[in-house]
Amino acid sequence: MISYGYHRYPGRLFVVEGTDGSGKSTQLTLLYQWLKSEGYSVFFSEWNSSLLVKDTTRRAKKRRLFTPTTFSLLHATDFADRTERDIIPPLKAGAIVLADRYIYTAFARDVARGCDRAWVRDLYKFAVKPTAAFYFRAPLDVATERIASARPQLKFYEAGMDMGWSDDEEDSFKIFQGKILDEYDSMRSEFGLTLIDATQPIHTQQRQMREIVGRYLRENLKQKAVPSK
Amino acid sequence: MKEMKFYGTALPGTEIEPYPGKLIVIEGTDGVGRSTHVALLRTWLESAGHAVLDTGMTRSVLAGRGIKNARTGHTLGRLTLQLYYATDFADRLENQILPALRAGFVVLTDRYIYSAIARGFVRGADPEWIRRIYGIALVPDAVFYLRMHSAEALARRVLASGRGFDYWESGMDLGLANDYYDSFIAYQKLLLKEFDRMTGEYGFHVLDASRPLKRTASALRRSIVPLIQEAAHVTEIVKPTNVSPITRLAPVSTPAGQPQPTEEESREEKSA
Repeated sequence: MISYGYHRYPGRLFVVEGTDGSGKSTQLTLLYQWLKSEGYSVFFSEWNSSLLVKDTTRRAKKRRLFTPTTFSLLHATDFADRTERDIIPPLKAGAIVLADRYIYTAFARDVARGCDRAWVRDLYKFAVKPTAAFYFRAPLDVATERIASARPQLKFYEAGMDMGWSDDEEDSFKIFQGKILDEYDSMRSEFGLTLIDATQPIHTQQRQMREIVGRYLRENLKQKAVPSK
Repeated sequence: MKEMKFYGTALPGTEIEPYPGKLIVIEGTDGVGRSTHVALLRTWLESAGHAVLDTGMTRSVLAGRGIKNARTGHTLGRLTLQLYYATDFADRLENQILPALRAGFVVLTDRYIYSAIARGFVRGADPEWIRRIYGIALVPDAVFYLRMHSAEALARRVLASGRGFDYWESGMDLGLANDYYDSFIAYQKLLLKEFDRMTGEYGFHVLDASRPLKRTASALRRSIVPLIQEAAHVTEIVKPTNVSPITRLAPVSTPAGQPQPTEEESREEKSA
């Protein structure tokens, strides 16, 4: 039976989650630098990074072929490839894997799009349980402000335009992000997500993150890890 | 009109309403002649005045090409492949099958969720997991399982069609044997066993596919007649006064003899 959830690998898996504009990627990059400098073998795994699925996703987004269900299933396919290729092997080898977005992103987005909560959770049952999952929480207006200033144009699915909530991209984006935020909030206790207040200064957030990650690190991880991919 | 019934959680955003069409599934292992039968049924149904949509695995606009490319490279992990198939299925269900059923079409599908379930199962996926994912599937009006008694007989069919053994049909990714033939036999045996197990669970109508093609084809037509008669607008064409395409195309006895594989049969499965 292929289900990785309860396997015990020697490596560690840390994931960051949160709405767009919460600053989670910045924090993960800083964590990566720190772990590297401490002598650990660290691997990065990003959402939507499977080469196998990439072309299909790109084409579907461009031609707007997705429904909530196929959007969900194709992202799960991408994630399965990532799990089989980029996550399990380094964890088995005793390395540290850092994931920018994980299954919680799918749970939040897909449910916001109307997919059944239990169905989406079942879909990702094969995922490895993270050592720790950080949820960077930023209030809706802060996050949307950051995105608005960073990106000239919102993308169709990113703004949730496929749902027909509003004809205005920015309004639609806000509605969508609001629903996602609600989902994240309800997942905090369900999955034991570690909350980080994303309105704090960057270095404060990073200190909190390192403190928690540090609890799970052991000297032997440095020797055990394979030097390169 | 039949109520829409789903195996599990219905698709989000789908209006559950009675539909006038019929969803007919042709299932069976590799090389059993499914696509030939789908093609024959299509012609027969259309000549009887039914609008027909035929579909099959990896034929979705969304994921069909991606799956084919990935399969060519033999680089797909087991979970990834399984979910890619599910994506393909959902796209066809939402964009082809359901709209056609609402419009009163007879939808003929070459394989449905059962092949995907069997393939996943023999590859060690959690059967409960696969079933839940495919909970989005509409319960068909009928599932016809074209059954061959042995993997060896399937292998002879594949060879007779002249197309030889393919990597995935032989289950080479499973490492069951060293060559394509041995692997095909071992893999198809596992699949046959799983299909037999599903027969009761999903209520398959089992048809013996080891008989000559014509006999299997007429058995299929005989089983489908009552289904399509339910559709109100059809009744007139089966009146005895009418030049009935059904009796014309479904002779009670067919001369025995090994049918030559049709062009469809040779092409079959290359894309599945």
